[in-house]
Amino acid sequence: MRIVCPFCGERELGEFTYLGDAKPVRPVAGAPEDEVFDYVYLRDNIAGVMEENWYHGGGCRAWLKVTRNTLTHEISLVEPAAGAGARHVVK
Amino acid sequence: MKYSIFSLARAALSGHKNWQRTWRDATPKDRYDVVIIGGGGHGLATAWFLASEFGIKNVAVLEKGWIGSGNAGRNTTIIRSNYGLPGNTGFYELSMKLWERMEQDLNYNAMVSQRGVINLYHSDAQRDAYARRGNTMRINGIDAELLDLAAVKKMMPFLNFDNARFPVQGGLLQRRGGTARHDAVVWGYAHAASELGVDIIQNCEVTGFVRDANGKVTGVETSRGRIGAGKVGMAVAGSSSRVAAMAGLRLPIESHVLQAFVSEAIKPLIPNVMTFGAGHFYVSQSDKGGLVFGGDIDGYNSYAQRGNMPVMEDVCEGGMALIPMIGRVRLLRQWGGIMDMSMDGSPIIDKAPVDGLYLNAGWCYGGFKATPGSGFVFAHLLARDESHKEAARFRLDRFRTGAMIDEKGQGAQPNLH
Ligand SMILES: Cc1cc2nc3c(=O)[nH]c(=O)nc-3n(C[C@H](O)[C@H](O)[C@H](O)COP(=O)(O)OP(=O)(O)OC[C@H]3O[C@@H](n4cnc5c(N)ncnc54)[C@H](O)[C@@H]3O)c2cc1C
Ligand SMILES: [Zn+2]
Repeated sequence: MRIVCPFCGERELGEFTYLGDAKPVRPVAGAPEDEVFDYVYLRDNIAGVMEENWYHGGGCRAWLKVTRNTLTHEISLVEPAAGAGARHVVK
Repeated sequence: MKYSIFSLARAALSGHKNWQRTWRDATPKDRYDVVIIGGGGHGLATAWFLASEFGIKNVAVLEKGWIGSGNAGRNTTIIRSNYGLPGNTGFYELSMKLWERMEQDLNYNAMVSQRGVINLYHSDAQRDAYARRGNTMRINGIDAELLDLAAVKKMMPFLNFDNARFPVQGGLLQRRGGTARHDAVVWGYAHAASELGVDIIQNCEVTGFVRDANGKVTGVETSRGRIGAGKVGMAVAGSSSRVAAMAGLRLPIESHVLQAFVSEAIKPLIPNVMTFGAGHFYVSQSDKGGLVFGGDIDGYNSYAQRGNMPVMEDVCEGGMALIPMIGRVRLLRQWGGIMDMSMDGSPIIDKAPVDGLYLNAGWCYGGFKATPGSGFVFAHLLARDESHKEAARFRLDRFRTGAMIDEKGQGAQPNLH
């Protein structure tokens, strides 16, 4: 697996760290316990195309949103994760 | 058929042409008292214990490929009971005791080899942690010995003792730990279960659950038609989330790939199973002579049954740091399997929140050693509708109530367990 970082170009997997599924959104403070439980512990664990958060620690140190097929490891899209870096990318 | 020195002699005299099949490849009946999904070690062991211990013989094991095609046939075969937390300690020792009598129980040679498992330590803090784990084991009646540097040097003189950064200081040894032949474990349970009337049905993929008006599971839809069931137990390891999703459940599990490696065959070198405590590298030597080794999971969700280069590199670096001379040995084969990584690193053996469905999942990278224990306690749960006392903490709701069994203390980040 290689990841084409929007800031650094194509780099080998060893430069990146995985966080996981990008879908779960942290509940607001004071959210009901069920929502917190769901966010912390339950996963869709998709067999197929999934959006995920990766960190380019061996390069630009930006967080990336990677669209990847968990059955084949094929990567179809790499974008900066929402946040500081995103606005620096010329679309 | 009973295996013995006499059956071997008889077969030898007829040129080994008259062996009966080890187990019966069955075709599905309309209905069973218990249907087990997954023909790995756990599913087959469960079926055997149901038939032999709990008197439930109208049982089918449904396997989507061939039996042992999942993690049961892909693992590095280490067995041990050196866990430190309540819930795990007793359960894995129950399993170890069942390993010690498995071959007699099943009438099958599973090559169970109690060659010892040693975890090396490289700092004072690690020694203290291992001492504590060893004491926990001994308090629970499990063998454990803390070895100092001199004892490790005597046992494994070929290690790199001059590593300035991660000096070997000693190790925690469980002499009763070791290895077993993984395929033989699968075939042995299949053999013994089949003898008691269990139907083992291959190329039979479960594609859905049949539910009655109250939502109770009353059977499964499969690639070989509908099969009715009094109860359904799932033991599908890396596919746990996918199968549970068919019953509308989301589990506290992520599927990750773990790789294993085998070198070319060399003369006997590694006397036991050993782990490098300063990185992640573990190794044993098969009877054919190959070094069997591995390390961390790759760290990203995967159902691909193959891994990538960074972990290969990391594992080999760990090996070189501990045993520099293996740099001369060539890597022969490498593969991956899909781990059902739970949110605390410990398994789930419990009734599902759906009537009629029972869960056996979350084994992470350590479920081979659990095979007999898991089969026994899962059969207990299926037969009696209550948890065996050694599995009572492996509840699904522990993630909600906070009663986690987090051996590594990593929290809900499965790729770190
Ligand atoms: C590389 C590697 C090294 C490992 N090393 C060790 C070790 O040294 N020690 C240790 O204790 N553990 C180890 N493990 C973990 C251990 O192998 C697993 O935890 C254990 O085998 C899981 O239980 P099982 O044998 O029942 O799983 P599996 O053999 O994976 O059985 C599950 C079965 O379910 C079937 N299935 C899935 N979906 C369906 C469906 N829809 N319908 C029908 N059937 C289905 C699959 O085809 C599969 O055969 C290792 C694993 C790997 C991959
Ligand atoms: Zn980058």
